[in-house]
Amino acid sequence: MGTLTPAVKENTGRIKNNRSSDTVMEYVMYAIAVVFLVILMYPLYFIVIASFSDPSAVAGGQVWLFPKGFTLDGYKELLKHQNIWIGYRNTILYTAVGTIIGLAVNISAAYALSRKDLAGRKFLSLFFIFTMFFNGGLIPTFLTIRDLHMYDTFLVMVLPFSVGVYNIIVARTFFQTSIPGDLWEAAQIDGCGNLRYFALVVLPLSKAIIAVLGLWIAVGHWNSYFNALIYLKNPDLHPLQLILRNILITNQMQSGMGTGEAAQIALRLANMMRYSVIIVATVPIMCVYPFVQKYFNQGVMIGAVKE
Amino acid sequence: MRSAGASPGRTFGSIKRNWGLYLLLLPAVVLTILFAYTPMYGILIAFKDYSPALGITGSPWAGFKYFEKFFNSYQFSNTIKNTLIISLYSMITFPIPIMLALMVNQMRPNRFRRFFQTVSYMPHFISTVVMVGLMMILLSPSTGLVGNLYGLFGKEAPDLMGSAGLFSSVYVWSDVWQHVGWDSIIFIAALSAVDPSLYEAATVDGASRWHKIRYIDIPMLMPTAVTLLILRVGGLLGVGFEKVYLMQNDLNATSSEILSTYVYKIGLLSSQYSFSSAVNLFNTVINFILLIIVNQISKKMSENSLW
Repeated sequence: MGTLTPAVKENTGRIKNNRSSDTVMEYVMYAIAVVFLVILMYPLYFIVIASFSDPSAVAGGQVWLFPKGFTLDGYKELLKHQNIWIGYRNTILYTAVGTIIGLAVNISAAYALSRKDLAGRKFLSLFFIFTMFFNGGLIPTFLTIRDLHMYDTFLVMVLPFSVGVYNIIVARTFFQTSIPGDLWEAAQIDGCGNLRYFALVVLPLSKAIIAVLGLWIAVGHWNSYFNALIYLKNPDLHPLQLILRNILITNQMQSGMGTGEAAQIALRLANMMRYSVIIVATVPIMCVYPFVQKYFNQGVMIGAVKE
Repeated sequence: MRSAGASPGRTFGSIKRNWGLYLLLLPAVVLTILFAYTPMYGILIAFKDYSPALGITGSPWAGFKYFEKFFNSYQFSNTIKNTLIISLYSMITFPIPIMLALMVNQMRPNRFRRFFQTVSYMPHFISTVVMVGLMMILLSPSTGLVGNLYGLFGKEAPDLMGSAGLFSSVYVWSDVWQHVGWDSIIFIAALSAVDPSLYEAATVDGASRWHKIRYIDIPMLMPTAVTLLILRVGGLLGVGFEKVYLMQNDLNATSSEILSTYVYKIGLLSSQYSFSSAVNLFNTVINFILLIIVNQISKKMSENSLW
């Protein structure tokens, strides 16, 4: 793009004419881009400054560009809230274990499916892809999980939904395009079996795709809420997102439910914590993501390649 | 490289030789059978009077009783109407990520472009719970950002979260805000595959930026766009449960009850397993039919299809 030399560009009047309209278009475009950035960023920025501001100043519409009545009360309140820390611990556990399981299951299946000499390859691909478009639905799935005695267990958060068909397709495409088939033939001649080849040759060459899928899966676990809502009853197993819902949306404090004054105080504390709780729950993901952004892009691009 | 399944003997030999690959596939296959195919068997309960004591096989047949019950209930037209409104409304926003990608593609590859992309992806990583929490805080007419904005002009803000008439708009546009950047990645990837010589040739022919977008970029994006559109239509009745459920309240109830929230409520909250499964199955089957129809149409018209 734009590799022409200026001399060529200025050769004819027509092109020159287009250049000036192009410049106008460029200004308009960058103006739109800046407006767009403000619309995207300001709400997030507002939450940050509101979390350091006096709640009544926020409610009174005095907080616009900088915190007003600087206070850390919201964060202090948060520290006292035990449920959040239980939720944090659980979410970290689910994310760590769930990501390891998810990676192991999806990467190895994707590699096998990427091999052209796999008998039944078409059928096996279809076997997975079909589940993307057709499933048993909420209640039959719920009954299955209950019959397997997984309801209200740690396992239900990390195992049943670990097969991600989209992830498998993305990883399969990666293996097909970036691991040369000759490599396997050479290894075979040296007497190397499939499993050893996978562990010692394929995996070390696949760091990019492992990073991409690992991050996708980890973000999914960190933000997951639906499965916990349906399959977990025991509050000690609740992940962060479920606790957040109580604070942010249903506005109930697990401990301080009641009527009259106690409820009033609980409500006020909850309101105070709302901004800080958003920050505390979102910052870990936001911190990781700029560093790994290029991998995210890469993953989507691999996924965009048609077979 | 020979095609698998040429003859039974050869297939068997190939399986034996590549047993390691099947071992790699095993976990994913087992998990898919357990948690995706087993529940499909459970769909039977939509045609039965399911009682937990008798189990799926033991429960007596009910025929289409629960489907009729759903078709005759007052919730039938309401949930379908709401679901369709929200998903058709979302469809309208489909070109927005494409426009964003075209814009990003016009930017010179520099720090501003990188910054712009980083910021535009960011909201995608906010969890649904936090997102709805954010909306409740920011859109509140009394204390939120929107309320304060209206206050600046001395006007009273509308109650965006508590209005049945505005529910679909709030849902759809907040989704655009959160995901537009992320959704544009795939189109940016497709644009990066354009052969630079096309642009050079166009410049020599006197094409303006606008011409290049119109006659090079947009045609390049069509295959990707059509594929994604087909998938969208296939999920027309599958509006996500999580966000709608979290956004629901008494004030917007008439327009926020959609098929998936209805399935959840009658199924898990009031334990009408068979009825809920019937509604769910109806939903899935319609989606599946839509997917096949749209895919067929697209195959005829543009040679773009999923299979």
